[in-house]
Amino acid sequence: MKTLVWVEHDGSAVKDATLATVTAAGKLGEVHLLVAGANVGGVAEAAAKIAGVGKVHVADDAAYGHALAENVAPLVVELMGHHDAFLAPATTTGKNIAPRVAALLDVMQVSEILSVESDDTFTRPIYAGNAIATVKSSDAKKVLTVRGTAFEKAAAEGGSAAIEAVSATGDKGLSQFVGAEIAASERPELTSAKIIVSGGRALGSDEQFHALIDPLADKLGAAVGASRAAVDAGYAPNDYQVGQTGKIVAPEVYIAVGISGAIQHLAGMKDSKTIVAINKDEDAPIFQVADIGLVGDLFKVVPELTEKL
Amino acid sequence: MKVIVPVKRVLDYNVKPRVKADGSGVDLANVKMSMNPFDEIAVEEAIRLKEKGVATEIVAVSIGEAKAQETLRTALAMGADRAILVTAEGPVEPLAVAKLLKAICDEEAPGLVILGKQAIDDDNNQTGQMLAALTGWGQGTFASKIEVDGDKVQVTREVDGGLETVSLSTPAIVTTDLRLNEPRYASLPNIMKAKSKPLAQKTPADYGVDTAPRLTIVSVAEPAKRQAGAKVADVDELVTKLKAMGVAK
Ligand SMILES: Cc1cc2nc3c(=O)[nH]c(=O)nc-3n(C[C@H](O)[C@H](O)[C@H](O)COP(=O)(O)OP(=O)(O)OC[C@H]3O[C@@H](n4cnc5c(N)ncnc54)[C@H](O)[C@@H]3O)c2cc1C
Repeated sequence: MKTLVWVEHDGSAVKDATLATVTAAGKLGEVHLLVAGANVGGVAEAAAKIAGVGKVHVADDAAYGHALAENVAPLVVELMGHHDAFLAPATTTGKNIAPRVAALLDVMQVSEILSVESDDTFTRPIYAGNAIATVKSSDAKKVLTVRGTAFEKAAAEGGSAAIEAVSATGDKGLSQFVGAEIAASERPELTSAKIIVSGGRALGSDEQFHALIDPLADKLGAAVGASRAAVDAGYAPNDYQVGQTGKIVAPEVYIAVGISGAIQHLAGMKDSKTIVAINKDEDAPIFQVADIGLVGDLFKVVPELTEKL
Repeated sequence: MKVIVPVKRVLDYNVKPRVKADGSGVDLANVKMSMNPFDEIAVEEAIRLKEKGVATEIVAVSIGEAKAQETLRTALAMGADRAILVTAEGPVEPLAVAKLLKAICDEEAPGLVILGKQAIDDDNNQTGQMLAALTGWGQGTFASKIEVDGDKVQVTREVDGGLETVSLSTPAIVTTDLRLNEPRYASLPNIMKAKSKPLAQKTPADYGVDTAPRLTIVSVAEPAKRQAGAKVADVDELVTKLKAMGVAK
């Protein structure tokens, strides 16, 4: 089987989520990559070095500059003329593009796969991860999104794939990029961090969130996450949200501070290796999944912890 | 402009899903069912557009079992003007739902279709994007803000790195994220009024759409359970544990 993998990038570097997707694709067959964007020669060269990749298709055109699904999907459909499966990381970009491709191909997508059982059978989480479904696809071509935490990352170096330019399919004129507010942070990225400190509603305000969570995260070299309640209340930006409808993370250590442990939150972090919970309510559901629990008032405990580390 | 809002009846988000003993799926017998939370946000947004004078009519659509009528009545009680129920037995996959919605769009010629970004049962996150593909319209997914300006709609999207804004030509498809709005509750008088709002009953055959699933559910299982660990007495003990794990120096 020949697979085509969507390369997620920021215009200069390949994003980590791509590497897990390459691993998933490798379980199906030959791995080809698609790098689409404006001035992405450098990205294509980096992508060609990923271990296990057979070929890199590059579509370098202004129409692909912001990965608008309306422009990118027809390009993927064109390439799917000679590929059997399209795989994209289950990032907001992948989730935006893949279903548009699937519908154009008249294929029912399998979302957020956790494993490849065979050529046509995959497992995936449903009901916020409270159940795992094994599904078999009867479509001739497959369209899959891949949960990054479920697959090992392919090595970013070691490959030497051929790079092939593909002709652009043009700007469909349906949508236009207007602007973006992308937070720049010195901290590690949430989805690839080894340690995450997450704050919940209990932090009470934007100021307290930053005054308590940030120093602890910095001490540990950790990324910062948040519950939906904390994001909705404006204590943290939307890209911090961990959960069913936010980011899915599986760090070595996840420290939940003042988070109750609603199923929608657990859906995003319960595959973390070690979960540490700090909560003043000893019956909080978060303690049912925590490896280490500390019952206490976070306003006392967190500064003390930061101090003593 | 006319706005179409598709709504799905799902297991209420407060109910803990239980996997059936025979591994065929999640038990939905005698449990509370509600409108998918993201769809409530979609209905609310459509109502706000109508209150602003942008939307002229709101049509709620549901595809599923006959009981989805209740979900449509909820949408009507919130403020939708009329409803279409496409009754189908068994699960209808996003691709088939998108085909049915495409047929409805052909008939209704909406300016906007606002859908939830995902349903909290199957967590597929596909239908809106698929409908956009089939209609050939632009898509603004994971919206946290929608502004209609003439024949353009500006959508602010929640993306992994932060926020992104796109401008779409209408007609267009928008899918909602959590922070787009806070849905209202239907008032009792409006719940009463909703009972007499028009609700058309259709079948997939009326639209010539084949809803046969493409995916077979081989089995559904419980995920591996995590064991609750130990509680530590104080910060010192926590520090010791973290250091033992090599997390802190
Ligand atoms: C459709 C849908 C999607 C959702 N998606 C997500 C998602 O992706 N991610 C997500 O996180 N949520 C999501 N939610 C929301 C989820 O259901 C919960 O409402 C949310 O996770 C609660 O956040 P929280 O734990 O911060 O707040 P709360 O549940 O209010 O918990 C606060 C906790 O802090 C503790 N506390 C209070 N004061 C102190 C103190 N001084 N010291 C120590 N502890 C203290 C309390 O004991 C409590 O346990 C979703 C909900 C819906 C309906």
